[in-house]
Amino acid sequence: MTHKLYLGATAIALALAAPAHADTLRLLTWGGYAPDAVIDLFEAETGHTVEVTLSNNEEMIAKLRATGGGGFDLVQPSQDRIAGPQREFGIYKPIDLSKVDASLFIPSMLEATKANTTVDGEVYGLPNIWGTSGLIVNSAEAPNVKDYTDLCDESLTGKVSYRLKRPTLIGFAFAMGMDPFAAYDDEAAYKDILDKVEAKLIECKPVVKAYWGGGDELLNLMRSGEAVASMAWDTGGWKLNNDNPDINFVAPASGALGWVDTFALPAQGRADDAAYAWINFVMKPEIAAMVTEAAGNFTASLGADEFADEVLKAQYQSSFPAEAIDNIRWYPPVPANLERIEGEALDRVQAAK
Amino acid sequence: MSSKRLGFFLLLAPLVLWLGLLIILPHIDMAIVSLRTRVAPREYAPSLDNYAAFVTEPLYLFTFLRTAVMSILVTVITLIIAFPISYYIAKIAKGRSQAALFLMCLVPFWVSELVRTFGWIILLRETGVISGFLQWLGLADQPVEMLYNDAAMMLGLVYTSMLFMVVPLTTTLESLDDAVIEAGYDLGGTGPSVLREIVIPHAMPGIVSGCIVVFMLSLGNYLTPTMLGGKDSLWFTQLIYSQFIVRFNWELGAAFGFCLLFASSVIVWATLRLTGQTLERTMGEGS
Repeated sequence: MTHKLYLGATAIALALAAPAHADTLRLLTWGGYAPDAVIDLFEAETGHTVEVTLSNNEEMIAKLRATGGGGFDLVQPSQDRIAGPQREFGIYKPIDLSKVDASLFIPSMLEATKANTTVDGEVYGLPNIWGTSGLIVNSAEAPNVKDYTDLCDESLTGKVSYRLKRPTLIGFAFAMGMDPFAAYDDEAAYKDILDKVEAKLIECKPVVKAYWGGGDELLNLMRSGEAVASMAWDTGGWKLNNDNPDINFVAPASGALGWVDTFALPAQGRADDAAYAWINFVMKPEIAAMVTEAAGNFTASLGADEFADEVLKAQYQSSFPAEAIDNIRWYPPVPANLERIEGEALDRVQAAK
Repeated sequence: MSSKRLGFFLLLAPLVLWLGLLIILPHIDMAIVSLRTRVAPREYAPSLDNYAAFVTEPLYLFTFLRTAVMSILVTVITLIIAFPISYYIAKIAKGRSQAALFLMCLVPFWVSELVRTFGWIILLRETGVISGFLQWLGLADQPVEMLYNDAAMMLGLVYTSMLFMVVPLTTTLESLDDAVIEAGYDLGGTGPSVLREIVIPHAMPGIVSGCIVVFMLSLGNYLTPTMLGGKDSLWFTQLIYSQFIVRFNWELGAAFGFCLLFASSVIVWATLRLTGQTLERTMGEGS
């Protein structure tokens, strides 16, 4: 009976009661999202232990698909990658909103994420960390790069790097004056857009030095000066900015692409209590600020900005003047099957001469 | 009698379990996956669409052929480099220097493939060691990029495969009696003719088994093409990876896997037939 009581308790009650039944929380997440300092505090407060596995969106979904949603207790895919895979593979379980302290979240972001991750009336995702992808530019070497399509400029031959993944397709489509998000539900129209982007990317191929695979690879290319303009995440640009003031993240003229990484429960997770305790713990403003410092990205935690690092705030403001924030294109949920079409286009770009 | 039979089954059990659970069962499952296609979310129908896609999409076929041809090329280059090394180790070097040379071939394999490949990146990149050295010598007036192309990838693959060619070759060459070579010269043979008539025929099982191993390793390599290969260097294993992980299209990925298995089997079989070797002889004597 007492066990039942705990389940309904708030985060603090959970924290106090948890040592009675300590679980292991198997967390599948991104690098920086679960810093050691935060894990230590969480373990001390709740008695749960945390095992972290680092991954990315595609691997998270592939791992959960392989086990039918088992092997992990809490995962952090982006909000646009929840509804589609859930419909397709059934790898998540609905979130019991009564166990989450909604007052810890920025309301608009919480509502938007809930709406985007709802399948058959059940909510499958809550926002945790958000950020954008756009351009990282060395302004001393490539001052004219303002938008994705500027990466095709022949004067930059052998100095440009981006990755062959869906953000590149979407970013180029926007920069070419099309709206891929509006075409998400119309497969034929979307295919039409992709065909144009594919042709453009193949045309741009001689300019590219290498298609990067991992974030560290790109940071190395930019830091060494081997690449002077690239497509990447905002945090990467700010990290480089700390070492070299010429390099910074630039929100592209056609709009930076906004993503929100979420909390989602795998269908066969075993430690839901620990998962809810983790969610309520890391969304506390002072803890969220610690995560921001480690990951470099801001969280959906209400009031965490006050604790954020001044340098990061300044970098954020220089990359995002007010109009650039309004111009962010937030990813809508990806309909099933679109990723296959995108995959074929990307393969053709990679194989093209 | 019955205890003897029990012993036989106990000895056989690990092999049967290994083959059954880790190789045959997963392959049956993959075969089933490869023979279905998605009609709607969570609904699949049996079909040959995936294999049809492989045959009809030029990109897949082209990548496949490219991978096979380049793997053969890697095998040939490895053989050409490894043969003199093995001959030197087996026949010319004596005692401690022989052991030392053999060890030198082995040492790079004490670190993981990832680290070895990263070593090549450090050497070859535009701001890397070789580029810097060339500029210091005055042979280049600006940084030279040697990474991200097919040549860098081949280099990495040959380097990774070298040991697997040297070991079987050295073993077979060691079993060749020096007296036979001397007899060849006594009977009026020259260097090339002794090599052609005596050394190579004797080393054939080692050559073939080394080639098979190197070919298979190159064909199935994922790491080296990914890290050293350039923007045009698509390797077939990368296609399989992206179907499984990035596109969530396990059906097509499984079909690709079977195409790769089938093609490598055919190429190995053809090599054995062409060289007149059998698998038993090659595997028995080679390694």
